[in-house]
Amino acid sequence: MKDQTLQIRTSPHLKRPLATNTIMLHVVLSLIPVMAFAVYAFGITALFLISTTTIACVGTEYVLNGKVKGKQNIKDWSAVLTGVLLALTLPPGFPLWMAFVGGMIAIALGKFVFGGLGQNLFNPALVGRAMLQAAFPVAITTWTETLVNGRFSHIIPSSLTIPFLEPIKADAVSGATPLSAFKFDKISTDVQDLAFGFTSGSLGETCAFLIVLGGVYLGFRKMLNWRIPVGILGTVATLTGILFYLDPVKYPSPLMMLFSGGLMLGAVYMATDMVSSPLSTIGIWIYSFVIGLLVVLIRIWGGLPEGVMYAILFGNALAPILDKSIPHRIYGMSSKNQNKNRA
Amino acid sequence: MNFFKYKAGTFNHGIHPPEMKDDTKGLPIRQFPFSPMIVLPLAQHIGAPSEPVVKEGDVVARGQLVAKANGYMSVPLHAPVSGKVKKIDYVPSISGKKNMGIYIESFPSSSQEVIEGHAIDLANASPGEILSGIQQAGIVGLGGAAFPTHVKLSIPEGKTCKYLIINGVECEPYLTTDHRVMLEQHEDIFMGLRYLIKALNPQKVYIGIEDNKRDAFEKLEQYKPLDLAVEMVLLPVKYPQGAEKMLVTAITGLEVPSGKLPIEVGAVVINVATTAEIGRLLPHGRGIQERVITITGPGIAKKGNYLITIGTPLRFILEQVSGENIKEVFMGGPMMGVSVSNLDIPITKGTSGIVAFKPQQSLENQSEYACIRCGACLDACPLSLNPSQLGILAKNEAYDLMASDHHLLDCFECGSCSYVCPSNIPLVQYFRVSKSIVRKRQAKAKS
Repeated sequence: MKDQTLQIRTSPHLKRPLATNTIMLHVVLSLIPVMAFAVYAFGITALFLISTTTIACVGTEYVLNGKVKGKQNIKDWSAVLTGVLLALTLPPGFPLWMAFVGGMIAIALGKFVFGGLGQNLFNPALVGRAMLQAAFPVAITTWTETLVNGRFSHIIPSSLTIPFLEPIKADAVSGATPLSAFKFDKISTDVQDLAFGFTSGSLGETCAFLIVLGGVYLGFRKMLNWRIPVGILGTVATLTGILFYLDPVKYPSPLMMLFSGGLMLGAVYMATDMVSSPLSTIGIWIYSFVIGLLVVLIRIWGGLPEGVMYAILFGNALAPILDKSIPHRIYGMSSKNQNKNRA
Repeated sequence: MNFFKYKAGTFNHGIHPPEMKDDTKGLPIRQFPFSPMIVLPLAQHIGAPSEPVVKEGDVVARGQLVAKANGYMSVPLHAPVSGKVKKIDYVPSISGKKNMGIYIESFPSSSQEVIEGHAIDLANASPGEILSGIQQAGIVGLGGAAFPTHVKLSIPEGKTCKYLIINGVECEPYLTTDHRVMLEQHEDIFMGLRYLIKALNPQKVYIGIEDNKRDAFEKLEQYKPLDLAVEMVLLPVKYPQGAEKMLVTAITGLEVPSGKLPIEVGAVVINVATTAEIGRLLPHGRGIQERVITITGPGIAKKGNYLITIGTPLRFILEQVSGENIKEVFMGGPMMGVSVSNLDIPITKGTSGIVAFKPQQSLENQSEYACIRCGACLDACPLSLNPSQLGILAKNEAYDLMASDHHLLDCFECGSCSYVCPSNIPLVQYFRVSKSIVRKRQAKAKS
């Protein structure tokens, strides 16, 4: 046999063919139907909004990595995912310049200051949205009707607001979201409309059905921990089910709660962010329950019609505590000497 | 009904790498040609290297003692071929360490008749005699670790052997060595088992076999002698079930305490090929000269399970099986096997397989991403360690903290964490380095 160069590496010599960039890419791909529906429902404006936040996120990541770290990780697709998710939480007529600022904040404050991918405490997209909600409370609650005529040829006027100079035009306020309609006017929305997205709301808040579809796909590919959406949605359904049973007039039906607002998007795509959710299975269940509970509390008794964002951010903050405090049973260790140093 | 298929349980976590056993599992064991030169390292086992009793120019017969055991934690070596001792010199080894070894030029025309020594009679031998017979035969764990079997069988004071577990799991992908041994050498296995039972006097005897070797399971069940109280256990396929601790847990449900051996819970685990070797050698007083090795992988044209003389150089083997365009070759399975950098190294008693990859199978240096805390490694680690946290600590060189708070030294380097990590973080590779650093520091602190 001829002498040839042999490669030496330490074992294992096999590798599961599932890389981080593949996971991120598949999450983005599974959101394509949701994005497509948003464009169908809200027109060309939705496309501009998604592009704006994505460009803002990827650009910020690129610049910050280049300036500070000197090492690029654009190829891992995580910045793209943050951009897309951020856009899906915004109202369709959201001014594009504000969305751009939101994208920059999401990456810079949501991820980069913590040390980049894997180190962030909170879901970056939600950090971006929380900042936008604090800074631009009017713009972020200005909703547009779905399926407006001419939506593919005309941009929603509020989108092109000039930075810092123009206030949001009051006449843009039109369709109230199903949750605010119920909260303030006690008007229930048909569940079928909710599930298939023919209601006003944020880009990704509308079509619950497509979000579930994407989640099921990711769950089967093991790219998403199914316990989180099941835990959150289960908690919300159970708690509101009990309330609805007690007083169907005062409280919304569980189905309406499940399919309205950002709950689906939050439970399937935001709370499942691997970086900011707990590691252990028990931790995951507690985390999901807390998020579900907070959603119900904020939606029913809080001052805001919607509470998914704050619930998930709170859950994120809880995750490291859960990881630290839940005892982790190691093989061959009785619970007594678990934390003792070994001789 | 699948739920009720396995009587025994299994261990927690673990992974399912591709099995890749189909190429060789149907091929019967074949005798491999004798190499013109045999290279016999003196350190083929864990413990003290053997001491040569022959000198340059001596003519040795096959089966003759060429190096004696150097103390208790050592085994003798027997000439694997009839031939002439060419020299006693340094031999290349897989780890790169220089060891002494005996070079034997084999006689091409010899009939390679085996000479026999002091036979151990099953009916009359005492447990102590059986153990010394096992040592005299040079038997070590053939599963890969090459730990002297007689040491493993010596039950420490105050302990009793409750469970004797024969390990026919062979959870490494690609390897079919134990599979073929179970299919073809059932008589030797049960004979070896009789010796082991006599030596240990266990309360229960199990043979654990994974479900991907159902034919072997049925064969042993069929040929099981009626007077032998052996329970056959079919186990679900999962890596690393062949690891001692995992197998003990899978079969008995007991957990071996951290830092202790299986005997702590009364279990002794012996590889099935080792058992067969005991059954074959002890009745004749022979020494171990050859072993079954699976030679497989995309880089090998004539894949198969071969009976190969110990000390056969790898280069000779690859020539015989037409190894072509090989990029990476390792001894053992792909999960825990060691890459070979020098084709002149010989196979030893502990070599259970030779796997050769072509460039397209060989892992390239994949780009490493940040840990995304996906938890895949936690779900893979059979010991329920936290590889993610250990990896971060290793990067920060906090080795002592890894050992004191995160049970680093329990890790037996199965590689499940590295296999599943989507960010390509070399976790087990970190732990290997960390463990050796911690061991060195502990040894230093002691002295």
